[in-house]
Amino acid sequence: MSGLVLNNVTKQFGAFTAVENVHLSVPHGTFVCLLGPSGCGKTTLLRMIAGLEDPSNGAILLDGADITGVPTHKRNLGMVFQSLALFPHLSVGENIAYPLRIRGAPREDQKKRVDELLALIHLPGYGDRPVSKLSGGQRQRVAIARALALSPRLFLLDEPLSALDAKLREAMQVELRQLQQKLGITTIVVTHDQREAMTMADTVVVMNGGHIRQAAPPIEIYRKPADTFVADFIGSTNLLDMQADGSGAATIFGHRVKGLNLPDGSQKATISVRPEDVHLTAPGNGAIDGTVTFVRDLGGTIETFVEAGGKQIIAVSTPRERPDVVAGQTVGISLSPDVCVVLKQ
Amino acid sequence: MKREPPQSIADYGPLFFPAGMLLVFFVVPFGTMIAVSFFQRQEGGFYTPAFVFSNYERFLSAFFGGVLGFSLMLAITVAVCCVVLGLPFTYLLSRLPRRLQVIWLVALLSVLSLSEVIIGFAWSTLLSRTAGLSNLLVAIGILGQPVALFPSFGAVLTGMVYQALPYTILVLYPAIVRLDPTLMEAARTLGSSPIRAFFNVLVPALRNTIMATLIMVFIFALGSYLLPQILGRPQHWTLSVLITDQAIYQSNMPFAAAMAVFLVLVTLGLVGLTLLIGRKGEKA
Repeated sequence: MSGLVLNNVTKQFGAFTAVENVHLSVPHGTFVCLLGPSGCGKTTLLRMIAGLEDPSNGAILLDGADITGVPTHKRNLGMVFQSLALFPHLSVGENIAYPLRIRGAPREDQKKRVDELLALIHLPGYGDRPVSKLSGGQRQRVAIARALALSPRLFLLDEPLSALDAKLREAMQVELRQLQQKLGITTIVVTHDQREAMTMADTVVVMNGGHIRQAAPPIEIYRKPADTFVADFIGSTNLLDMQADGSGAATIFGHRVKGLNLPDGSQKATISVRPEDVHLTAPGNGAIDGTVTFVRDLGGTIETFVEAGGKQIIAVSTPRERPDVVAGQTVGISLSPDVCVVLKQ
Repeated sequence: MKREPPQSIADYGPLFFPAGMLLVFFVVPFGTMIAVSFFQRQEGGFYTPAFVFSNYERFLSAFFGGVLGFSLMLAITVAVCCVVLGLPFTYLLSRLPRRLQVIWLVALLSVLSLSEVIIGFAWSTLLSRTAGLSNLLVAIGILGQPVALFPSFGAVLTGMVYQALPYTILVLYPAIVRLDPTLMEAARTLGSSPIRAFFNVLVPALRNTIMATLIMVFIFALGSYLLPQILGRPQHWTLSVLITDQAIYQSNMPFAAAMAVFLVLVTLGLVGLTLLIGRKGEKA
């Protein structure tokens, strides 16, 4: 298969297991985001793909060839580091030309390629400037251009945008995605920012505790989370306990909910409902009743906090569908079965 | 944060003590030495105030020129050897686990506590025919019979490099530790083998530190006086040895002072030249 395949990859640092039995296949030309909280093993996984760490177990295959033991400098990949790691003693052009110079490319070819890449990153004519004279966003682009100089088979980025301010970061996310689509290069980005992952990726890989919890397109990750961790980590959600009553029907807080079924063979489950899918109605009209505790009106959206069965449920609505409620009021909460995701406990 | 420039004389207060110490213990003696270098020597070990250039004239001979040349060559060789050995060593040291780094640094610091005399005699034993390292080479069959490796230029160089290496490493260590480790990783992802990355990323990125270290070890080695006498032959003696000889054994203070002043001037000239070349290289 063309593309990258991780086969049962494990990495241990002493007694600590950073990555455990990871299977992942990345088809050629796709954009993958490794997403997870800090310490979830995503950076270690990327460093193993780059060859900067050796897996304790398992194999890494690129276009069908086993590259597990191949040293980094022979893997033909481009990598952007969190620190960017631009060489301080070289100019912008020399930084970009570095991989070409290492391979002994003729001087004219180096210059031509540098000019091409500077145009690609919208910094034409910057070749002679020292790296220290660039802004954060410009350095970011130079680091990307340098990594792409050899048209690598794999483009790896480790938290590439974390040093930029919020506005620039958003713009760079879009730019990076457009660049990747233009070049059709297999790209893997490590990030802890779910918004970044949702913006850029074809496939989001959610990791926690050294394991892959779910690998799917962004919308599927959001709409159909595989477990409670993914549901809670991606966006905000309401997690409600569901139990079987005497007859085996599903109940939430003791109320039967029509249309929802427990997973086969289990008596308990959790359902995840996104706040924008929670609708408030008159008491008794919804699946369960609750008491409004607080209304946060942010202008663009309105968040209503409702307490039901000892749990806090958040409902988000737009001003147009504004629920006319105040704190202390009893309301009904309607949970339509098609927006509830049933998760095993 | 930008500091305000000093407004009144009182703002310079903290500088008075170090400036005074420097004046009394460095500038005044050095001035005296410059003055003495122009004095007239009297037979029998005395000198009278005068303003003559005879001391400097005497210095301009093939013999003293040769000694000066040898001293400079020795100091440069020691500096280059120390940096060539110290740079890879310090880089590898910086990649060790923290605990091992501390052990190595303590061991290096303990070398600094050895006096030059002890270093000199220890190496003269290690390089001797009867008890030296060549006996080990005989034992493993590389040499047919033990040989004396001293007195020789190699022995002088070995002793001086041994003495200066801890300083070299201690100067290089903070700069190498502070260097972003991802620079070397980036070079590897861009197709550089670790050894090439060492030469075309680490060395240029540390260029200023390396320059400063070379100058420091050069000056340190230029003042060496004991080791060339213990481990070398008379032709390996440095200018410092001759200065001592003139000042103490020949009682020719004016001539010794003239040599010392000349050595300082040559050293300053060389350091200035190095800095100038370094600055030009940075612009290019």
